[in-house]
Amino acid sequence: MSEPRRIAATFELLESGQRLICDGDWSVQGIPGLRTRLEHCSWPTQGELRIDFSRVSHLDTAGVWVLQRLMQARKAAGVAIKLSGMRPEHEELLRMVEARAPQITLPPETQPITLLQQLGQHGWRWVLQSLGMLSFVGENCMVLLHVLRRPNRLRIRLILSQAQQAGLDALPIIGLLSFLIGMVVAFQGSVQLARFGANIYIADLVGLAMLRELAPMMVAIIVAGRSGSAYAAQIGTMKVSEEIDALRSMGISPLELLVLPKLFGLLIALPLLTVFADILGVLGGMVVASAQLQINAYAFLDRFDDAVKPAAFLFGIGKAPVFAVIITLVGCFAGFQAQGSADSVGRQTTASVVQAIFLIIIADAIFSIAASMVNLGFK
Amino acid sequence: MSAVSVIEIEHLVMQYGHTVIHEDINLSIQRGEVFAIAGASGCGKSTLLRAMLMLAPVTAGRIRVFGEDIARLEDADAHRLRQRWAMMFQGGALFSGLSVAENVALPLKEHTQLSAAEIAELVQIKIAFAGLPADAASKFPRELSGGLRKRAALARAIALDPELLFLDEPSAGLDPLAASALDELILNLQQSLKLTIVIVTHDLDLLWRVTDRVAILGEKRVLEVGTMNALSTSTQPRVHEYFQGPRGRVIKEQYGS
Repeated sequence: MSEPRRIAATFELLESGQRLICDGDWSVQGIPGLRTRLEHCSWPTQGELRIDFSRVSHLDTAGVWVLQRLMQARKAAGVAIKLSGMRPEHEELLRMVEARAPQITLPPETQPITLLQQLGQHGWRWVLQSLGMLSFVGENCMVLLHVLRRPNRLRIRLILSQAQQAGLDALPIIGLLSFLIGMVVAFQGSVQLARFGANIYIADLVGLAMLRELAPMMVAIIVAGRSGSAYAAQIGTMKVSEEIDALRSMGISPLELLVLPKLFGLLIALPLLTVFADILGVLGGMVVASAQLQINAYAFLDRFDDAVKPAAFLFGIGKAPVFAVIITLVGCFAGFQAQGSADSVGRQTTASVVQAIFLIIIADAIFSIAASMVNLGFK
Repeated sequence: MSAVSVIEIEHLVMQYGHTVIHEDINLSIQRGEVFAIAGASGCGKSTLLRAMLMLAPVTAGRIRVFGEDIARLEDADAHRLRQRWAMMFQGGALFSGLSVAENVALPLKEHTQLSAAEIAELVQIKIAFAGLPADAASKFPRELSGGLRKRAALARAIALDPELLFLDEPSAGLDPLAASALDELILNLQQSLKLTIVIVTHDLDLLWRVTDRVAILGEKRVLEVGTMNALSTSTQPRVHEYFQGPRGRVIKEQYGS
């Protein structure tokens, strides 16, 4: 660079503290440590201090600030100050800093919060969140009722495009993962079943595990990660950039435009994805059964037909709409909670996935308990 | 030192796909002057500014800043160059996750050896310089009004006392009082810090009050460069149009000589 190398700010105190000669680069790059060095000098408490600035190569606000603080401290100690060798523009800068110096107050140091305070804050935030979620669900119900009374307000195009994004586009990943899970379950089962010579029951194991529990839950978790987070990020970004307010000001309900299509789209997509995952999962089990236990496809499907009642299939599929509601509402709610910053959108997106998966597992547990209580035809 | 060019642009061409934005731009900006780039909306003022800041790719031509061809800079030199200039973005571009004080402190923390206490004091000075109330320091950008956000952005831009300051539409969205306070501030800073300031603006008041020279962009090139007085009597049809609109005439009566 053309800029000559600068030397750091220096000073020399002469004539037993009566004369200060400043030298070097009194700019933001040159002054680190200068204040401390100045403060450690022994200053006389009376008489006159002559400050010579003519050798200073660079001076900026930071340097002027150091000078101003020094002069202020000396004046307070009863010393008269005489400045010399200052360039006119630097004098102007000094005047600007002096004019503003009285306004400068350092903010009080913030105390670190204690563990108890943290606990309280978290707890309170959790309560507020839960109440907010409840009111969000309520608002959505109202909008839903409103829309159902005028079905032409249902945005079919939007719903189908949401179903495509959340459903059709997720087929490869869901297919692959459920095939692998089916294989894993069959592998684990086959070792145990072979010990009892109960090879054929592999069809019961894979069929019931996939159809009742694994397929619906896995699909829901993948979709929560894939689509729920996207909902949170989309709505969060719209909130931050005032697009949500723009919709409101136009008299368009953001819930109706943004939440309901996603809800209906997922209500269509999630059960279909679950059926797809059922098929691929059982297929994975079948492959392992024929490879490990020498049970061919005919024998497997024959046993499958006996072992897995339609009720098991319907029980699994029946959970999907509940999961769809959880994923959409949690994702969209998190998006609406975003405030002001890119940072907040990121946090809400993470929160949406964690909360959705948490609630999905809770809901699944409730389903299992309820099913065992009413003895839903699983022998 | 007075006639040294801080920025020199030669035969600059900028093109995105098939859209040509600039065909042949030639400009020279002197040290210590307040230089404005004006022109109708969409004429590529901001794009030109972004090119000078190495933020937008240049198709052909050359831009020199402090005598260095910015297309050929080594990384280390580019890094040093970026500490000598600062940009105030149109929307402020304050970091939304940081408070105003943290925003202003960021360049100081990154690029200087100052202690935390010294930085805290300097931040307060910059905030006072930019005309922000002291209690704004601990607020987040989203909690500030548009005018205060602009000032916070200016405070961040002058954090390192840059030699070259770029301002993109500094007065857009400000009320007349706040806008004239900002004009005052820019003039003050320029005089006391001997800054070179490049302003992109439509604001005729700002053009009349603070600029030394103005370049009018249009038809993909520089239509004319000169002082406001010279430009306002220009016979170039597009420039004439720009200054002889109803607003241009009123403001000229006020400031012109």
